[in-house]
Amino acid sequence: MVVVPPPSRSPTRDTGAAADVLRVANLGVRLDHIPILEDVSFHVRRGTTLAIVGPNGAGKTTLFRVLLGLVPHTGTVEWSGPVRIGYVPQNFVVTDVPITVRDFLGFKSEAGFEESLAAVGLGGAVLPKRLDVLSGGEMQRVLIAWAVLDRPNVLLFDEPTATVDIGSEDMLYESLNRLEKDTNITVFLITHDIHIASRYSDAVLALNRTVRFFGAPSRLSEPDLLMEIFGSGSGLAEHKHDFGARGFR
Amino acid sequence: MTEAAVYSLVAGIFVGFAAGYVGSLMVLKRMALVGDALSHVALPGLALGILFNFNPFLGAFAFLFAAAILTWYIEKTTRLFPESIIGVLFVTALAVGILLTPEVDLLEALFGDITTVTLVDALLAVGISVPIVVVSRLVYQRVVLSILSEELARSTGVNVALINFIYLFLVTVVVAVGIKLVGTVLVGALVVVPAAAMKNVSRSLSSYALLSGLTGIASAGSGILLADYLRLPAGPLVVTVGTAIFAGALVAGWIASRK
Repeated sequence: MVVVPPPSRSPTRDTGAAADVLRVANLGVRLDHIPILEDVSFHVRRGTTLAIVGPNGAGKTTLFRVLLGLVPHTGTVEWSGPVRIGYVPQNFVVTDVPITVRDFLGFKSEAGFEESLAAVGLGGAVLPKRLDVLSGGEMQRVLIAWAVLDRPNVLLFDEPTATVDIGSEDMLYESLNRLEKDTNITVFLITHDIHIASRYSDAVLALNRTVRFFGAPSRLSEPDLLMEIFGSGSGLAEHKHDFGARGFR
Repeated sequence: MTEAAVYSLVAGIFVGFAAGYVGSLMVLKRMALVGDALSHVALPGLALGILFNFNPFLGAFAFLFAAAILTWYIEKTTRLFPESIIGVLFVTALAVGILLTPEVDLLEALFGDITTVTLVDALLAVGISVPIVVVSRLVYQRVVLSILSEELARSTGVNVALINFIYLFLVTVVVAVGIKLVGTVLVGALVVVPAAAMKNVSRSLSSYALLSGLTGIASAGSGILLADYLRLPAGPLVVTVGTAIFAGALVAGWIASRK
């Protein structure tokens, strides 16, 4: 395991350990007696983005399920202060259910739809649309609007761009970028895309049942480290983007 | 109209709405055939009621409730789908029910008989249907959210196992009250057909639930009136009217999608 204390990319946010929103120590999860996570320890600073990378079956989604309190575990998961978690799941596909965006957002709150949609670059015109006619990018942004509807201070994002094209992917991360700046939200981002992890995060947690790396995203350009995280490198994905000078922050 | 037909009509209107409303969730959960099969589980309970001279509704409800709990528990603790579980329960219950039910009462148990509906039956149907709709409305969003994504539902604090249990209980009760009108063979259709029809034309969740309930009223009410007029069994006519509405909704949905 390689551990490097992750520096904040934004000096104004570098307020020391006291600013940690989450501290995880010696976390372990077993499902049907099979170890899924073992001895996982890391910490996350408030208002930053932690990218979680690793090959399939590495335990990334299980980690989210632990953070949501959905699976039993050993070790400690300690949130600092009250947290309201917004969750955007992987593979959310709606087919053949007569449900509109308004219906869907109404499951969580009775008001604030337009404000949440505006935060992700969508207008109120999308409210009467059925979920099953939305494009992949629109659906993901509606999911973020759902997640931020009750003003969470932590956002869990599981493979947010797995089903969207690259153009929509850019818009999605811009929306997240705006949210993070405007609300000082802490983002946990599961991704297969090393480029996105290195470009858009403040720290990277590489999992493969145990922690393979926890540190600065700039280290993801080192071939030896990628070998350590992904083995042969077959789990590595990198999309071709034209980010120009624009970053996540 | 005979007195029994009036009681049937009143019961049909209330049970029809409740069945359509609850059925709208069954169709979304892709449990349409499960509802149909579950209804047959009532037969041994009806038979015991007839044999031992107590209200057959209570016997039907007891068997349905036991089957629902068994289904819920097996689904929760094993990797079996409800279809497999209810498939096994259905054939067993049907076999036992046919063996137990006296031959003279078998036809009524299978297809219902509106000429025997009493004031008490009608009041029971109204008194049970109203709370079914109220509770369904209370849990509706949580059931739909758990259909869309169990993980998303659980992340917002929804107790998915409890919600599934409440939902199955609602199905059980509505099936039990519907049996008197249309019998064990056809009560599944009373639950499923209105929702299957309205899914073709609904543009939002609230309109879908409401239209399914109203279609349940239209099917049950028209079927009972036709049965009284034509002196035919109500069950098959209720289902036939529902199927006609389904065909109309299918065409309407197809036309709307081409605009």
